[in-house]
Amino acid sequence: MSLSLETAANPENLRRVAIDPVSRVEGHGKVTILLDEKNRVHQVRLHIVEFRGFEKFIQGRPYWEVPVMVQRLCGICPVSHHLAASKALDAIVGAKQLTPTAEKMRRLMHYGQILQSHALHFFHLCSPDLLFGFDSEISKRNIVGIAEKYPETARRGILLRKFGQEVIRHTAGKRIHGTGAVPGGVNKSLSIAERDELLKDIYQMVAWSREAVHMVKELHHKNPELYNSFGAFRANYMSMVGFDGSLDLYHGRLRARDQNGDILFDGVDYRNYTQLIEEEVKNWSYMKFPYLKSLGKEKGWYRVGPMSRVQNCDFISTPLAEIERREFMAYSGVMPMHAPLGYHWTRMIEMLHAAEMIKDLLHDDDITGSELMASGERGFEGVGVIEAPRGTLIHHYRVDENDLITMCNLIVSTTHNNQAMNEAVRRVATQYLHGHEITEGLLNHIEVAVRAFDPCLSCATHALGKMPLEVEVLNEAGERLSILSRSGDGLFSAS
Amino acid sequence: MNKDVTFALSSAGVGESVARGQLDRGGVAMNNKPATFTLDGKTIPFSAGQTLIQAAMAAGVYIPHLCYNPEFKPHGSCKLCTVKADGRHTSSCTHQAQDGMVVESDTKEINDERRALLQMLFVEGNHFCPSCEKSGNCQLQATAYEIGMMSPHFDHFFPDRPLDASHPDYLLDFNRCILCSLCVRASRDVDGKNVFALSGRGIKSHLIVNAKSGRLADTGFSGEDKAAHVCPVGVILKKRVGFAVPIGSRSFDEQPISATPHPGPAAATLPPHPQGACPVGPRSNAATLPPHPTVKDV
Ligand code: SF4
Ligand code: FES
Repeated sequence: MSLSLETAANPENLRRVAIDPVSRVEGHGKVTILLDEKNRVHQVRLHIVEFRGFEKFIQGRPYWEVPVMVQRLCGICPVSHHLAASKALDAIVGAKQLTPTAEKMRRLMHYGQILQSHALHFFHLCSPDLLFGFDSEISKRNIVGIAEKYPETARRGILLRKFGQEVIRHTAGKRIHGTGAVPGGVNKSLSIAERDELLKDIYQMVAWSREAVHMVKELHHKNPELYNSFGAFRANYMSMVGFDGSLDLYHGRLRARDQNGDILFDGVDYRNYTQLIEEEVKNWSYMKFPYLKSLGKEKGWYRVGPMSRVQNCDFISTPLAEIERREFMAYSGVMPMHAPLGYHWTRMIEMLHAAEMIKDLLHDDDITGSELMASGERGFEGVGVIEAPRGTLIHHYRVDENDLITMCNLIVSTTHNNQAMNEAVRRVATQYLHGHEITEGLLNHIEVAVRAFDPCLSCATHALGKMPLEVEVLNEAGERLSILSRSGDGLFSAS
Repeated sequence: MNKDVTFALSSAGVGESVARGQLDRGGVAMNNKPATFTLDGKTIPFSAGQTLIQAAMAAGVYIPHLCYNPEFKPHGSCKLCTVKADGRHTSSCTHQAQDGMVVESDTKEINDERRALLQMLFVEGNHFCPSCEKSGNCQLQATAYEIGMMSPHFDHFFPDRPLDASHPDYLLDFNRCILCSLCVRASRDVDGKNVFALSGRGIKSHLIVNAKSGRLADTGFSGEDKAAHVCPVGVILKKRVGFAVPIGSRSFDEQPISATPHPGPAAATLPPHPQGACPVGPRSNAATLPPHPTVKDV
């Protein structure tokens, strides 16, 4: 786990190539690569150039606004922030134990979110790379191309996402930026009509999710060299795991393993996260670099998200997803899977799990119950952790006696993966770009590696493969030698 | 918005219209037929002393307004209720109806002016609707929807207005104050407490509370007060109530403000009116105004 290629020895003599912005990811990030005259790679960095300042902004606001306000961090997984904040603030209103209806409604909302987010990521953002090839014809390499060549796949992707959004709408009140969870519980349960409407389609969703797992699995089996090695690097990994060791995306304890899959820590109460994790600031990115304190900056960085979770848990509680988990574990063998493309496979296993969980929750009478709120002794500090679609999400607040927020700390999933994404990009740059003339297809390899992590670089969601992209090649004097650009309509041109 | 000008205009409006009404056309016409005026071509009957907005509301016709609340003496400051009466701009909440008057309200010209007023209100404060507990029950937001305000148009002022969270049960979020003075009127005229006042002039106008410390906790304010329940926007809010009513099930989600009988503080978020039976609640200092017939409850 080296940090080489993070900083070149003599940057002033090198050519700089920038992928700005990285497309088909959520938000705004850029990759810069420094090359010498023989196109040898000397430095690669994924920068996050957005700064949103939410942690500061939230100070001085009344705590009950927070679950709704923090959702604006993100247009893609607002529900995750909504729920993590609500969980943290449960401690403020003294709700040690939610009512069964409240806990199940929140879980239902969360699984709806996992389903819609994973479907969006796989079908809309990544299937073009996986089904057409990383350097396939650029004008086809998007969801529109998928809809032409694989209409059924595209249709399922759209309907799976839509179903997840409907689950969110019925639990949170709106498809995005709802208000369902409140400190201490929820503000609604499902009506019989809402439940029945969702029940109508859920079996189809389970079946389609299962086929989606099979589709990724086949891709791995067909081309193991690529899938097992593309951008591969070994890393520690961390996630929340259910109290019984199962894959639990809503609640549990923290567990981390090293690159060999051996336990680093387990059963940690997430309220003590500050004892485990430290964040490093680097002057070239707005995104911090967290690491496990016990291992230090150099060795302590880790991965989160589907590939960490599926390999970190002992089992999955729903039967179809558990079969798939076992197959995945058998495929990767004694050592954990570290190849970034494994994220897609595990992401689809989680989507299947989410669909099965939704099915089970819809059959649970508590979901239509009327006991919505719990309360208890007033608290002044709360930590809420949730496994968001992209990984572990930590919200931490302090509230004063007048009910205003005095401190807010957020560690979002993508931040945990910061070093890992940088590492993946460096691997791909070395594997594919080193010594070659740069082309759009080669640069897309870099983006494929970033995309595998499904990073959510901010709250934007306008991507869908048509984000304008510009790559400049500069000489050491900073003069532009050539420029490759992709316009908003996906057309590629060089000059 | 220049509040100096606004206040000056409103008092002139009241005086003038009252004088004219007493002279000849107020209430009942000379020939003993019920007195009427036309509002956008529709005939509206009225009784002596009624203002244009009262008569219009009684007839089920909506005229946008923010600082007017039938329970209180009109203030005439927001100018949202501006109409053209016999060709002249006037505040319909202060202008008494007169027989034969020709009034225009729902016209492009007037709605454009109303939209500009709303836009100015939005940019003067910090109105972050998405996480405001009042969203969906807020008259400013609902009126902006009604008038079709699609953007703030003007540059935001982004004023720095810290919250007053000192009171154990109520929060003051000054970011959203539109200076309608309803809390001032309620506290003074109904609660007899004078907890609130508007201070400063022009663009520096702001809401203050009556305590040396400047903190709500040090006033006589209580959640039982009328003043706790009249704010048309999200300034005076009960603490620890956040999104108990889902977005989508709030007053103006159900029907637009123009179809809501009395778009006062939303019924859903309010306790039953403490004063009991009176259909329009207590009305001190409002002797010239008859009870408002369309208001059922607030
Ligand atoms: S606090 Fe509310 S009621 Fe009082 S003046 Fe401001 S907007 Fe009007
Ligand atoms: S001026 Fe008439 S409602 Fe405000």
